Amino acid sequence: MSDYLNIFTRVQVRGPYEPGLPLPRGDWTRTSPGSWFEYWMGKIGDAQIGPIYLGGLGVASAVCFMIAFEIIGLNMWASVNWDPVQFIRQLPWLALEPPAPGYGLHIPPLANGGWWLMAGFFLTASILLWWARIYRRAVQLGLGTHTAWAFAAPIWLYLVLGFFRPLLVGSWSEAVPFGIFPHLDWTASFSIRYGNLFYNPFHMLSIVFLYGSAVLFAMHGATILAVSRYGGEREIEQSIDRGTAAERAGLLWRWTMGFNASFESFHRWGLWFAVLCPITGGIGILLTGTVVDNWYLWGIKHGIVAWYPQSWGQMVDPATLVGAPK
Amino acid sequence: MNYGIRLSVGVLACVGAAFLALPMFMGFQAPGIETVQRGFRGEALGLVYHKTDEAALEAANKVPGYLPQLPAVGPKASAVYKNVKVLGDLSVGQFTRTMASITQWVAPQQGCAYCHNTANMADDSLYTKVVARRMLQMTQNINQNWTAHVAATGVTCYTCHRGNNIPQQVWFNDAGHRQAGGAAQGYTGKNEPSKAGVWTSLATDPFTPFLQHDAPIRVQATTALPTGDLSSIKQTDWTYALMMHMSQALGVNCTYCHNSRAFGDWTQSPPQRVTAWYGIRMVRQINNDYMAGLTGAFPANRLGPTGDVAKTNCATCHNGVYKPLYGVSMAKDFPELRVLK
Repeated sequence: MSDYLNIFTRVQVRGPYEPGLPLPRGDWTRTSPGSWFEYWMGKIGDAQIGPIYLGGLGVASAVCFMIAFEIIGLNMWASVNWDPVQFIRQLPWLALEPPAPGYGLHIPPLANGGWWLMAGFFLTASILLWWARIYRRAVQLGLGTHTAWAFAAPIWLYLVLGFFRPLLVGSWSEAVPFGIFPHLDWTASFSIRYGNLFYNPFHMLSIVFLYGSAVLFAMHGATILAVSRYGGEREIEQSIDRGTAAERAGLLWRWTMGFNASFESFHRWGLWFAVLCPITGGIGILLTGTVVDNWYLWGIKHGIVAWYPQSWGQMVDPATLVGAPK
Repeated sequence: MNYGIRLSVGVLACVGAAFLALPMFMGFQAPGIETVQRGFRGEALGLVYHKTDEAALEAANKVPGYLPQLPAVGPKASAVYKNVKVLGDLSVGQFTRTMASITQWVAPQQGCAYCHNTANMADDSLYTKVVARRMLQMTQNINQNWTAHVAATGVTCYTCHRGNNIPQQVWFNDAGHRQAGGAAQGYTGKNEPSKAGVWTSLATDPFTPFLQHDAPIRVQATTALPTGDLSSIKQTDWTYALMMHMSQALGVNCTYCHNSRAFGDWTQSPPQRVTAWYGIRMVRQINNDYMAGLTGAFPANRLGPTGDVAKTNCATCHNGVYKPLYGVSMAKDFPELRVLK
């Protein structure tokens, strides 16, 4: 008999407003607008909103983020001459662009990339402060610092793209513009300039971990929901004291593919797949233009490029012919 | 919360999500796409055609009827008319046919008077006549010296003009647009909807550097390891925009000219890439040797925002089709347009 399963939560557990553990000495107090519950938030998670812990790191991070956000947004708006309609219409195309290659690693005038450098500084400061905030909150709550280290993985990729790689190739111009379409066009140009990123083995690994994370996430979510009728959502308890939910979940995978992860190991699978996506990706970006200049030709050298028969007579570069027009 | 509010919040959230997702679907095309394989199987060298687009292009790129050729009998045009500088070797009959054809191709509404002072046809006072004479020489030059691009098919006035005084697809130097200026970010030539780059945020005017000047188009390193190639990612944005224009102008995708796994490699490129390479040089010569020299002849209202003359790119002749007019040669019936005088 088929059963209707809600896409999101079937039940909303609504207790009294829960402010959480008492905070350790030296922490700020929590900020809360009072007893606040939202029905629709309860549909996708916990209905209780707040309290939020601001803290010195959080406030500093938010301030830095707002500065970066304003620099980027106001420069975008200035680029359409403060026209509010054009700002909205063209927003996906607008950008704050890094300096031209001629500036190398020098500090350019504000109008020629200086704002980009400044926005990058404040955005980076904001992200690093937010990292410290996550680390600190985890410690103060008595948790492991796994979340902070997981967050460090995309920060690594972000720093490679906007800081480490530009430093190594000696030019801010190689960094990514701040803009919706422009940063996507940047990825395409980046791949073309460096001879097709698909032949970069670290890019390959990054894709494996990206798609792998999605598959693992779906497998995990589906498995736990499927055994929740036996209490399987109490994953952590069951990783030590295995109950029938864990047994049945494990059996499903052993029967279908001969092997199962345990309730504990699965979370390590998920964490490592997810963090390895930006870690390997960052290595691939860092090697591009510094160690390898054309990934397709590198692939030929190392035997990873497939051979195909010639479909046409061999073409010759016309620029190499005698008397070729310029 | 009461049920009405809950429902309306939910509906609003769905509408909001749909609105945010809208831009994702704006570039989508309805089904009806055909892919034609070229190259060896497995290389993914496919030409993608959209059926409704193709139908519209076929309708818009039909060869018009034109006057039949006439024998070279009777006196020469130069002996009968005054001030005939380019087509003087034609017989009077042939000359009249060419003039009538040009009228049909370039000024069907205005007729002879578009270029000629009808009281004195030899008079050069109308700028259009001066331009038309130079355009005849340009057409002859293309047909005689650029067979690497136009082959034996050749071009006529109609290839670009299509019954318009000015071909519909021309371009001017980018004048930028009004910006706040001051200390705010200056004009970058990109990061706005680029028509030339087919609505990417790539360069808005890739024509000035590549089809007027000869800035290097090649940006891909030619060695596996770094050996001093300083081409930048920003530079690639401009090359990319030019390539998007070429793709759009010819109604083809990248793989018409490139094996996209190695864009720069000539040894595995389809032969059309060589034709296109000569086309870029041909357009450069048209813009510099023919169009630029006419800048002073045009009235101000025919010039661009920076006072430059209208110039050509791939779309000027191709008009969305891989070969202008699907490769039908009109020039074969106009031998006077085929040899430079």
